[in-house]
Amino acid sequence: MSDVDADVVIVGSGPGGATFAEVVTAAGWSCIVLEKGRNHLLELSAPYDLKGDFANDELRFMRRHFLGPDPLLEPRSYRRADHLADDGDRLFVGDVNNMPTTVGGAGVHADGKLPRFRAIDFHLRSELGPVEGAAVDDWPITYDDVEPYYAEVERSIGVAGEADPAKGGNPFAEWRSGPYPMPPGADMFGTTLSVPAAERLGLHPYRAPTGANSVPYDGRPACNNCGFCGYYGCPIHAKGDPVAMLQRALQTGRCEIRPECVVTEVLTDGTGRRATGVRYLDTTQAIGSADAPVREVRARFVVLACGAFETPRLLLRSGVGNSSGLVGRYLMFHVQTLTVGSFPFSMRGHTGRAVTHLHDDHIIGDEAQQAAARAAGLPWLRGGIVEHGSAAGPVMEASTYPRGPGHNPSMVASELRDKLWVFTMQGEDLPQVTNAVDLDPSVRDVWGLAAGRVTYAPHRHEVAASDHVAPILEQVLRDAGATWAFSTTSPPIGALGPLELANPLGVAPASKHWMGTCRMGTDPAASVVGPEQRFHDVENLLCADSSVFVTSTGYGPTLTLAALAARAAHLLTGTPRPPTAPA
Amino acid sequence: MHAHFTDAELAVLAAAADVVLPPDPDLGAPGGAALGVADYVDQLLGAFTFDPPRIWAGGPFSGRKGGEASFEQWFPLRPVDELAWRTRIEGSLGRPEREFAGPVVGWQERYRDGLAALGADFAEQDADERARRLDAVPDFAALLHEHACEAAYGDPVYGGNRGGRGWTFIGFPGDAQPRGYTDDEVSGRSTEGAR
Repeated sequence: MSDVDADVVIVGSGPGGATFAEVVTAAGWSCIVLEKGRNHLLELSAPYDLKGDFANDELRFMRRHFLGPDPLLEPRSYRRADHLADDGDRLFVGDVNNMPTTVGGAGVHADGKLPRFRAIDFHLRSELGPVEGAAVDDWPITYDDVEPYYAEVERSIGVAGEADPAKGGNPFAEWRSGPYPMPPGADMFGTTLSVPAAERLGLHPYRAPTGANSVPYDGRPACNNCGFCGYYGCPIHAKGDPVAMLQRALQTGRCEIRPECVVTEVLTDGTGRRATGVRYLDTTQAIGSADAPVREVRARFVVLACGAFETPRLLLRSGVGNSSGLVGRYLMFHVQTLTVGSFPFSMRGHTGRAVTHLHDDHIIGDEAQQAAARAAGLPWLRGGIVEHGSAAGPVMEASTYPRGPGHNPSMVASELRDKLWVFTMQGEDLPQVTNAVDLDPSVRDVWGLAAGRVTYAPHRHEVAASDHVAPILEQVLRDAGATWAFSTTSPPIGALGPLELANPLGVAPASKHWMGTCRMGTDPAASVVGPEQRFHDVENLLCADSSVFVTSTGYGPTLTLAALAARAAHLLTGTPRPPTAPA
Repeated sequence: MHAHFTDAELAVLAAAADVVLPPDPDLGAPGGAALGVADYVDQLLGAFTFDPPRIWAGGPFSGRKGGEASFEQWFPLRPVDELAWRTRIEGSLGRPEREFAGPVVGWQERYRDGLAALGADFAEQDADERARRLDAVPDFAALLHEHACEAAYGDPVYGGNRGGRGWTFIGFPGDAQPRGYTDDEVSGRSTEGAR
């Protein structure tokens, strides 16, 4: 042990890294967690109190990059995979679907919808067959392999939900080994309209599993419905951000969290087959690579949990783990269909959680969806979960209305905030080898490191799925009482006109879901990590984030990436959970 | 005492704010000037005349809905964040450490040029002439629009939304912690604390 600083060094403190830290420390191992961003979550010395740094402050969270990354310091570049001739090296530089860079990672800003996948999601190729132009492959693991860890992370994060369809649970949900740790929280007012309307059209909305406490849980209070949820840190720490996992890891005395440490390189031995640790810039006192002290952590195992953008960026600049040439490839977001409607009265989106119901019908499909697939020349179509919700701050609303005499009447009418209801479909994004994160050839960040570049275009499957579902969602909204309804997508599909360029969601995907840049598989030539999330090339290097996803499914990735991180950590430490069975 | 602008500049800025967000007595709209848009921009562009700089207000509570008021305990910036915000506000000014991704024209320069383009006599012009002059500098008008919206509808601690009148105008209750809302208020069975 004397030649290493810890058993494990974990890069990134979000839901994946935090889960990994909790599991390995519980098994008696030591770990050091390096986080690029600042710490606003909890004190790092005993008794690890929660900091209470967050607030209901739209400017700090929505306009001033408090959770990071600041796009001026850490620019990203973006180009469209189907317009390379037009876009050249890049279409633009700035914010590309940025997720928080802070202790707790994207768990801090998430509004915490935490659904599980279904068994079929791990085996789309076997169950449904291939799709031309996409690498729809089976995962090398099954739902049954993951279920014990789904149950574990639902408890450790604290998920409020309802399993019984008779009480508002999801009739299409996969089997569970036990109940949700908490009952669901208060239903939003808008769901009293959108849920019955969806049911009248034969859809099956259900109470969303949500990582916000409905009752006091694990020493943290119940959510008090303040309404500043998605994109905000929780002022009272009632959200299932990774604070609980980090706190428990620290309490073992075997975990150290080092914020503001920018990992520049994964270090390997002479053979390149073993990782020896990582090198990082300690930016707590100095700004740039010229001034910041360069430090190293040496560990028996190196775990990357930087998210599906930063993890491949780190690997590519380190030249590690990429004999397949697939690091950064098969990048997936969700292609969002946003169907919005305005009602003649307040929808009260400023109170409560941001989303309290989902429906899965467009993942499950029906005859009409199958016909739409055939009409598009596709073997099948899968949409995604549809979120029933609403939340927008008045600053964001105000900046969407043109200046001048029309501004005040628009704010009073508030069709884009107070009277708004939104269906967001997280459409399954098929894996394509041409969608990728790589290193920008000339843009640099504040530390002199090559910026990450995204090259992306949706597959025609995603476009066909959106085209099929959007009119259904518009019909539901009108039936629920909306005076108007229309749909848009993120990213915009087709040519970029003035409307697309002015869209507040931007030209790049805005889903905040990143997946697939170190895909999991058994063939080292066709995948980057194995079924236990160890890199094929480097035996003691692991990935514990959504980079490992083989397909994107139509579900939010957080619960699954945390469950996979827990599974990988249990397998690594020789503490696997026993198989589970339906309760 | 102003943090950045002169009295004359503030007068032009306030008049321009009324073009972006006009007062409308019939609707009860205070307008950009009365909501303190000029003070907001002054505090933002002069953020580094304060210690800590007035970039990120504190937390968790304003005190308006209970709890101990803490928004005025501004967060200190670490060196790299100071670099970002000084670059955004002051511009890169040819300094290598600010130009790693190319030169940046700062807000201070954009406001100085924008206000000069509007003219020192801007506030004395009629509404049509003010609108015409603002339309003639579309990039500046877009920047002012962004900041005016932040000022009018963001938290008052940032210098705008004077007396919470922006929120009152649109019936937005503002920050809610630590009171929050009851389950009945969320579901619409009660509207007690929501307005």
